[in-house]
Amino acid sequence: MTPLDNLSSLQHYIPDAALASFAVLIVIVDLFARGRSKVVVGVLSIAALAVAGALTLWMPHTGERLFYGMARQDGLAQTFKLVIVGCAAVTLLVSLRTQEVAERLRGEFFALMLFATYGMFLMVSASNLLIAYLGVELASISSYILAGFLANQSRSSEAAFKYVIYGSVASGVMLFGVSLLYGMAGTTDIALMGERLASAHPLALTIAVVFLFAGVGYKIASVPFHMWSPDVYEGSPLPVTAFLSVASKAAGFGLTLRIFRDGLGAEELLASVDWPLFLALLSAVTMTVGNLAAMGQKNVKRLLAYSSIAHGGYLLMGIAALGSSDSSAPTAAILFYLAVYLFMNLGAFFVVMHLAEPSRLGSEEMPAYRGLIRRSPALAIVMSVFLFSLIGLPPFAGFWGKLYLFKSVVDASLVEGGVNGHNFVWLVLLAMANSAISLYYYFAVVKAMLLDRGEEETPVKAHPAFALVLLILFLPTLLLGFFTNVDDFRVDEAPEASASIMAEE
Amino acid sequence: MITLTHYVVVSALLFVFGMFAVLTRRNAIAILMGIELILNAANLNFAAFSKYVVGGVQGQMIAVFVIVLAAAEAAVALAIILDIYQKVGTISPDETRELKG
Repeated sequence: MTPLDNLSSLQHYIPDAALASFAVLIVIVDLFARGRSKVVVGVLSIAALAVAGALTLWMPHTGERLFYGMARQDGLAQTFKLVIVGCAAVTLLVSLRTQEVAERLRGEFFALMLFATYGMFLMVSASNLLIAYLGVELASISSYILAGFLANQSRSSEAAFKYVIYGSVASGVMLFGVSLLYGMAGTTDIALMGERLASAHPLALTIAVVFLFAGVGYKIASVPFHMWSPDVYEGSPLPVTAFLSVASKAAGFGLTLRIFRDGLGAEELLASVDWPLFLALLSAVTMTVGNLAAMGQKNVKRLLAYSSIAHGGYLLMGIAALGSSDSSAPTAAILFYLAVYLFMNLGAFFVVMHLAEPSRLGSEEMPAYRGLIRRSPALAIVMSVFLFSLIGLPPFAGFWGKLYLFKSVVDASLVEGGVNGHNFVWLVLLAMANSAISLYYYFAVVKAMLLDRGEEETPVKAHPAFALVLLILFLPTLLLGFFTNVDDFRVDEAPEASASIMAEE
Repeated sequence: MITLTHYVVVSALLFVFGMFAVLTRRNAIAILMGIELILNAANLNFAAFSKYVVGGVQGQMIAVFVIVLAAAEAAVALAIILDIYQKVGTISPDETRELKG
């Protein structure tokens, strides 16, 4: 498919363009809105996300290459965008009435959320590393500010501080990697690059790929670029934490998928850079580090932050399996897992957020959760279901997500030739052992809520609007595995590099 | 005669200096300067590869994008550093210890 020029690309870019224009519009509306009319800004932001989401859902994504091959509207981008926009919409919905963000700053908060969302849209639809880098930066710079949004709390400033330092280093290293790849391939087009890199020097190529991975690895909080995530997650306002742990991670995986599947998946390349093994090792370390660190945590928010590192590790396993001859099965499994993760992880974070409000538990510490079942049976049970799903216990959605992901890695390992000659069954066994470890710390929370006796007996009531949001997240967590399966998440194949791209210049 | 090798060596040196500053400095401003060095190392690479290997102006164009982004990033980073200095009184990532990283 030949790349479209700028004008004819626009009609395929309507969802993203709508989101970007709304973001700018909200900045302007916010300037003129005062007092009560600030509500308009929030409603407008949610409308913007709803419009962008609906357009993304209904517009056919047939793999057009837009803007002279800068972005691709394909099924992969569509699914990732729906996850991201869904996460952003639910997050905005709950932050409409959060007390964490000061009233007068709400407008900026919403606008920044939309800009971050648009940055993530750029990341997952990028087919050129320049656009990928711009997307990473747009999403990151907005998130830095969002992390520091609690104006009077030093822990929030500290979160933003650590985030901006780690983030800029990681994206700088990524850019250096891109510049090396540009030198070797003569292009920054992801698909074209894969074809041209085959003759590059293996060592130089390996260094460039490792540098490139620094940028996306930091987005998905993979070891050794994970150090920022527990601190940032703990210090940020809770809606931002939830947004970063799901949308930002999904966008990171979208970009990783594009780079490794579309760009570096060619067989000749795999012979010189053994990235499946590299990613498999990182995946093993990431899930183990995340789970072991989560074990000692007494703060539920921090516990969820570490567990989200572990989930990144599981997903990275799917990326490693992309090195096999059939990349569509691991891709579908990753998409399904992220869709499930959206509901269960957001749900768990939002329950924590709601309980942390002063009128309820007023704390994120585990002891405060004791005996919650007596004080609010509904919240305790809903939270338990989210946690069981995060562990991967059947019949909840998390179980199906893990099942399909593990199965795709085993299948990829067992075919002739395996994943670039490796057999990753050991990795799946390690992931299962890790799930058992995660049982321990998730269950500690469940035990505190359901079995322990608390000192206080006063009932805790959930706000009705919040209960509705929780229900939207709860039902898919319960039922998603029964109504869809991984085959619904199969998207188009990786583009054939040589056939699909016109000769540049 | 200046060849591509000269440019690549200088850019690699810039990158190493930048990385060194990031890893050893205890002051956020110095770390930011290190990040600038890393970004400019990449810019130099883009411009040099564009002239000597690829042809056209694609590489220079990317460098212009990066310069704009670096400015935006520095603005946000400095604002955040100012904010934490007012609240905590230090700008060393090692001494901000409220969150036990």
